[in-house]
Parts: sequence; C-alpha cells; structure tokens
Amino acid sequence: MPLVQVPGTASATIERGMPPPEADTFPRLLLWHARMRPARPALREKDLGVWQTWTWSDLAQEVRRLAAALHEMGLARGDHVAVIGENRPRLYAAMLAVQALGAIPVPLYQDASAEQMHPVFADAAIRMAVVENQEQVDKVLEVRAIEVRAIEARAHERGLQLGAAPATPDASGPPAGAAPACAEHIIYDDPRGLRRYAEPGLQSYEALCARGAQRVAAQADFLEAQVALGRTGDCAALFYTSGTTGRPKGVVQTHAALIDRSRAATAFDGLGPDEDVLAYMPLAWIGQNIFSYAQALVTGYTVNCPESPATVANDMREIGPTYYFAPPRVFEGMLTQVMIRMEDAGRIKRALFHHFLDVGRRVGNRILDGRPVSPAMRLWYAIGGLLVYGPLRNQLGLSRIKVAYTAGEAIGPDLFSFYRSLGVNLKQLYGSTETAVFVCLQPDGQVRADTVGPPLAGVELRINESGELLVRSPGLLKEYHRNPQATAEVLDADGWFHTGDAGLIGADGHLRIIDRAADVGRLAGGGMFAPKYIENKLKFFPQIKEAVAFGDARDRVCAFLNIDLEAVGNWAERRGLAYAGYVDLAGKAEVLELLAGCVEKVNADLAADPLLAHSQIHRFLVLHKELDPDDDELTRTRKVRRRFIAQKYAVLVEALYAGRASQYVETEVRFEDGRVGKVAATLVLRDVRTYAPVARAA
Amino acid sequence: MNAADSAVAQRAARIGAPLLVVERASLAFGGVQALKDISFDVREHEIRAIIGPNGAGKSSLLNLINGVYTPSDGTIAFDGIVRRSMRPHEAARLGIARTFQSLALFKGMSVLDNIMAGRALRMHCGLLAQALHVGPAAREEVVHRRFVERIIDFLEIQPYRRQRVGSLAYGLQKRVDLGRALALEPRLLLLDEPMAGMNLEEKQDMCRFILDVNEEFGTTIVLIEHDMGVVMDICDRVVVLDHGRKIGDGTPDEVRASRAVIDAYLGIAHAH
Repeated sequence: MPLVQVPGTASATIERGMPPPEADTFPRLLLWHARMRPARPALREKDLGVWQTWTWSDLAQEVRRLAAALHEMGLARGDHVAVIGENRPRLYAAMLAVQALGAIPVPLYQDASAEQMHPVFADAAIRMAVVENQEQVDKVLEVRAIEVRAIEARAHERGLQLGAAPATPDASGPPAGAAPACAEHIIYDDPRGLRRYAEPGLQSYEALCARGAQRVAAQADFLEAQVALGRTGDCAALFYTSGTTGRPKGVVQTHAALIDRSRAATAFDGLGPDEDVLAYMPLAWIGQNIFSYAQALVTGYTVNCPESPATVANDMREIGPTYYFAPPRVFEGMLTQVMIRMEDAGRIKRALFHHFLDVGRRVGNRILDGRPVSPAMRLWYAIGGLLVYGPLRNQLGLSRIKVAYTAGEAIGPDLFSFYRSLGVNLKQLYGSTETAVFVCLQPDGQVRADTVGPPLAGVELRINESGELLVRSPGLLKEYHRNPQATAEVLDADGWFHTGDAGLIGADGHLRIIDRAADVGRLAGGGMFAPKYIENKLKFFPQIKEAVAFGDARDRVCAFLNIDLEAVGNWAERRGLAYAGYVDLAGKAEVLELLAGCVEKVNADLAADPLLAHSQIHRFLVLHKELDPDDDELTRTRKVRRRFIAQKYAVLVEALYAGRASQYVETEVRFEDGRVGKVAATLVLRDVRTYAPVARAA
Repeated sequence: MNAADSAVAQRAARIGAPLLVVERASLAFGGVQALKDISFDVREHEIRAIIGPNGAGKSSLLNLINGVYTPSDGTIAFDGIVRRSMRPHEAARLGIARTFQSLALFKGMSVLDNIMAGRALRMHCGLLAQALHVGPAAREEVVHRRFVERIIDFLEIQPYRRQRVGSLAYGLQKRVDLGRALALEPRLLLLDEPMAGMNLEEKQDMCRFILDVNEEFGTTIVLIEHDMGVVMDICDRVVVLDHGRKIGDGTPDEVRASRAVIDAYLGIAHAH
C-alpha cells in the first residue's frame, strides 16, 4: 500500500504515535505496526549468543505464513490452541496467528506436569498445541494418554450403568491409526530429539511455515481477510488461574478488555514505542502476558526474550530494560544475590555498601518522590550514586528503568524501599487475571509501601459490608469458560467483580490490600490475624525462602519456615559448617539459632504496631523439605497454599501448639521426573522471644 | 507399538558401511601385551561401545585408533585407507576427535575460548593475521564463532559461556570437553569414559547428549565405558575386552547373554 508522502517530522510522529482506536484486536494492532513502523524491532531473542531482531514486518510475515497453514489444517474460529513454552518469538507469532483466525490461544505453565495440564486440555477441548520443545511434546503426548484412559473409564462406567458387559479395554491403547483423543495436532519449535517420533499429528514449526508460505504466495491478502472477520468483543485468550483453591478456572478475556487496560496503563506512565522489556515470566501468567504481549502490541515497544532461564540475570544486564514487571519473589531473589555477594566482599566494600544503603533508606525515597531533602544529604546521596547505587543498578540490569512494577502478591515494605532507595522507580499495582491486571497503580510521587495506589482511569472500587473489595472496570473477565456457576459467584448483576481480597480505601483514595478475605482470621483473643503480612515480613530475610503462619482461632501465632538453600548454604560454608543437602542443613542447631534471630526481629517490628502486636510469632520450625508446586504446596505462581499445608502437615501444627520440643515426620516428595520418594526427619520446634506491645509515643 | 518399531527400522536404515576397520591389531609395551589380535569394525552413524574391566586395554585401543600408539602388528583402516602408523594430528585432520577420561581442557580459559581452541584446525589464516584481527581473519572468526555458539546451544552451556572452565562443576567440564571435540566437526568421535565420576543425573544428561550428537550430526561414536549398565541402553553394538583380548562382540542383548562376558565381569579366576 503506497503511503502518502509526509514531511520528516510528521513521519517521526507516526513512528512514535499510538495505534488508532480502529485497531481494536491484537492482529489489527500487529498489521498497523507492520504498516507504520515496519523496520522497528518488535521482538528480540538471544540465540547463538547474539541478540537477533524480528522487526514488525518480519513478525507480520511470520504470522501471515502461520495463519495460512493453521487454517489449512482446519483450525476454526472459536477453537482453543494450547501454547506451552518459555518466552520464544515463535510462540508469540503462533498466538497472533491463532488470534488472527479467530481461534483462542490458551497459554499453559511450561513447568506444569501432564497430570496438571490434562484438566485444562479437557476443559477447553484443546485440539491443537504449539509447544517449545521435546519436553513439552512428551507432556502433551502424556496428556493424550491420560485422556484415553479417562474416556475408557467413562465408557466402562456407562457400560456398568446400562447393565451391559463393558468392552474389554485394549491393553496396548487405541488401535493404530485412530485419531488421538485430544490435541490432535502438536506443533513444536525446536526439533531436537524429536526426529524419531512417529506419533500421529506431530509436525515442526518450520514445516508448518513452509506450507503456509505456499498458500500466502497464492493468496496474498489471506491474513487481512481473516483479521477483518475478528471482533473486539471476541475472546482473545483463555487464562487458567493458578487456583489457590479448587480446580483451575479458565478466565475468558476479550480483545477489548485487554487492549483497553493496556492503553490506560500505557498512558498512565507515559510509555512509548522506545521501551525495552525482558520477557522471562511464564506466558500463562496474565502479568507477563499483558506486559510482553498486550502492552507491546498497543505501544509497539520491543520485547526481549532471554537465551534460557539460567541466563536471565546476564541478559537483563545486556538489555537494560526500561519498563519492568515482576512478582515480589523476583525482587527478593535479586536482593538475596546482592546480599550474598556483599557478605563475600572485602571489609571496605562492605562498610561502604551498608553505609550508603542506610543513607539511601533515609533520603533515596524522598528524592524519588520529589520531597525536600537538605543539600548536604543530596550531595552525599549523589556520591553514593557514584560509588554504590549506580554500579549496583547496573549489576542488576536496572540502570535504564523508567518504571518498574511489582504485583501478584503483596511486597514486604523493607524489600520495596530497598529498591526505591537505590533510585529504582519501583511501584506497586493491584489487579488479577479477572481484571486484566490494571485496577490500581501508584502514580509517581505518591508511592507508599502499604498501599497500591488509586484506581486507574475507568475503574470503580467499592468495599462491601464484609470488607471485600469489589471492582467495576472495562477490563473485567467476560466469564469463566464453561462454568456459569463460578461466573455468577464473582460477577454480580450490576457488573461488580468480587475480588476475594480484603481491602480498605483511604481518605486519599489509595487502596490498601490486607490479605485474601478468606485468609484473614481472628486469634482466639479476638485480634486480627493476617497471615500473609507476617509471612512477608519473615521472607524479607534472605535466609528465609518461604514462610507459612498459623493462628486463625488459635491463642497465638506459630510458623513453618523454609530456609533459602543458597543464602544459608553460603552462610554455613563461611562458618565451616559441613552439610549434606537441604534436609541436613535445615536441621542444624546453628541454622535454627540464626532463624530464631530473624523471627525475633519480626516480633520486635510487630510489637511496634498496635494492630498487630498480638500476632507475634511464639514458636516456629524449619520444614525438612522445600515447599514445591510439584507437591501442590505452592501454586505455579509460588503462593503458599496455607490450608493444604496445614492439612498435610497437621502433625507438625499440632506439635507446635502442644508445646512439644521435637516431632518425627515423614513426607512424600515428587521428583522432577515424576518419581515419588519419602523424606523423613525429626524436627526441632523452637520457642521465640516475644515483646510487650510498644505504646506509641504521642 | 508400531511407533517404536518404525523408529528402530529408521535407525537401522541410517547405519551404513564400515567407517573404521581394525584388523588383527596387537600392541605391546616391551614384554607387556596390552592388546592381542583385536579385530572389529565401526560402521558409519553407529554408536559403538568398548567395555571391559579395569586394565582390559580399552584406553590403549582408543589410543591405537587415534594414532597415539602404533600397533605392533595388524592394521587399522579409516574410511577405506589402510595404515600402520599415524600421528594424532593426522588423525584429527582425517576427522577423528576424542575426549579424555582425565579432562584435557585449558582450565584458566573461558568455556567459549576452550571450544574455539577446538576449531584451530579448521582455521586457515596465519597467526599474525589472527592476532591483529584484520580482514579475512576477522571474517573467519565470525564464521567459527557461529559454529561454536551452535555447540554451546546444543550442549546447553549458555549460562557458563564466559566462565573459567576451572571454576565449573565436574559434570559441566565434561560437557565442555565434549564441546571441544565436537568443534572439530569429527566424522568419528572417540569418548573415553564420558560418564566417569558423574552422579546419576549427570550420567543421564550425558547419555542424552551422546544420542543427540549421533542423531543430529550423524557423527559415528566409539565410547569406552567401565559401567556396563549405562552403555547398554545407548549403543548399537558392543566390543568386550578382557586382559587385552576381545571376548565378545555384538548387540547389547547378545553381549549380555554371553558366558565369557559374564565370567569376565563376575571375576572368574583365570586358569594360566
């Protein structure tokens, strides 16, 4: 299409401009960028040690070929397609191609097992899967086998009900040549190790593209014709929630909702097409999806895919993202790394580091917020910037950050202020899968550790009688897939979404989230018990990886802890303390002493808060195994499933409250290859000092 | 299942004519007869294992193949060319690469540089041009670097690219050693106890890499192993040595059933 000749300045505005409102589906946004800024980078991927660029025009070409081939394979409007793998440009292209045909991508967590994936395949009736590599192909094949068994079991049951003799199930599976029960087509990106696979319906991404190219050559405007059929109210993607409770639910999000929220958030922070982001969280997490897919397509900024999960820190340093979005645990992990390295540093370095960290804590936040700071402190902070903050930001890959967000979970106030004191503009936002993420964002200059900011444009908030937060916004889910009952539970007739979070709206309009409404309990004495608040305080210590607090309807609070193997292991090595792995290290008396110190500090902090002084931790133990999503103790986004843990380790909870000094326990663990083993240990249960509530000085 | 059957058939079809033929080879160090009258062949694209108890002569046989030792009797034919003696660098030029039981890496250099070093034989520019990094030398380096990056990607050692080899865990060093050998683009790859000193997980990883090298690049592989269990799963045919003699040769199943092999491994006293 010939473009009208425009003067240099005007063409620059188009390059920098935002897509018009007519671009109201993701494929339309793609075509707009490909037309308006064809040579600008859309995606980068580090491959063979070099950052390789896909321009918008490259991306559109790839999507053109893929969509043609997928259409030929019979992908129909409304079909669901599983997308499984790390952040790879080809998987992004596949999602766009699927959406271009009016079908619906369903991103799945790439580290989930076949057993965990099967319910999603069954619920969404998935016929096609686009996956990254052999590992994922194996899992999808396993999902097929599970489905075959499930069908046989159902047939058997029906047979029994009808009183007829059940057909004898064929031990070797379905007859050769029969169509697979689900996921008929599996498309893989990396062919490595798959050459000898003879299962039906397998094909490589490259073969698919080649096939598509022929079709495109014959019918050049195929993609445009398909994209024109799409409507903004169509489902854009199905996100299965990690489900802290019950079976996973598929959240139906439309193009309209995702695009509206992306536009609002982009305008809020003044983001433009020059931003660089690093995509390394699972695509199945809506946070990652909105930030590296929806927002990228809305603004036209560049998404960078790291080489492998193990090289993220290094890749981040090389890219220097300008916009960054991560759950608190990622920030926690980075801080742990820094602290370990500083422990190993020389005395002078260490002293400098701690001194300036202290300076930063006092004034860094004020400077970032534009509040008054004395010129002397300003100068001293600037020197700190040269000596400590700047190099540290550079090490972490945070030098170019304009805006960084943390979301997904509440962040510990100390952790939060650490990054802000370094001069990183870290802010909090509030949202969920059901709200297309953006509900509340903190504006620059109004950042506080304990709130998540005022509602973003278009959002209404309300707190109901029971203290639960209700949201009305253009970003709300359309429904839960094939689950009207669950939809009715969260979406009321007036269009309010019930978040399940307990919240307060302050006089300044800022929202404060306390905990999951269902988790906030009462101690036997009547005081409020907010477990996550306590757990977050514990987890700020680099030595503590996970914490689970108990106290609802009890007379006092007790906790389970997981040590951070890296941090505590390093600490042990420096002390010449020999250990043979997690279980051994977690049981050492010295380690327990170390953790008791951490817990006491948390208690001292809690004692200073009149609302929470009664929820100080009286006793704790260090679990003999790491809490793990494979054992269902954590969700895939690594939130602790408190109730499940309380049930699984009921013996330990009872022992804590009974005041016993030690307890023998045996636990099943699932290894990465699916084998199941047993870990047994005798745990030491420790008492911790608590403090008298501090009367607040008037 | 038919899928598995066709996979086996596919594999059988890939294996070609003998690439290496060892004919009645013997090796003696003074009065010690290290190898006596050994004959076997290795076919193109095959994974061939040489197993045997300690001191059976496995490493000597490997050294014979890549020219470190010269047979005192018999011949070795590689790719149809029969010869009595050959220098190791000639073997390398013909496309025979090897890894070592006790690693032979530059511990002070990075992973990248170690594997680049394995490309040395494939570089054509002079020392001076390479040192000055001018014109054709720079272009050549780019080509070789790309090849080395493919190996790094293949062996999944991207996170360690710039790390000093000496600072890596043992299992990773073994992988780098394999990478260095692969950098030569060998037709025949000799692996000297690639899994020695590894834990189970590392062994499984290594097995996968060996199979993948064979599969993706079509490289013919001869590997020595001490531990029978590991090898039996991945190789096509096995030669069994004991006290410098060949006591078995065949598929893993045939070898496993052989009386002589069982005796050698169970340590039956030898009548002298």
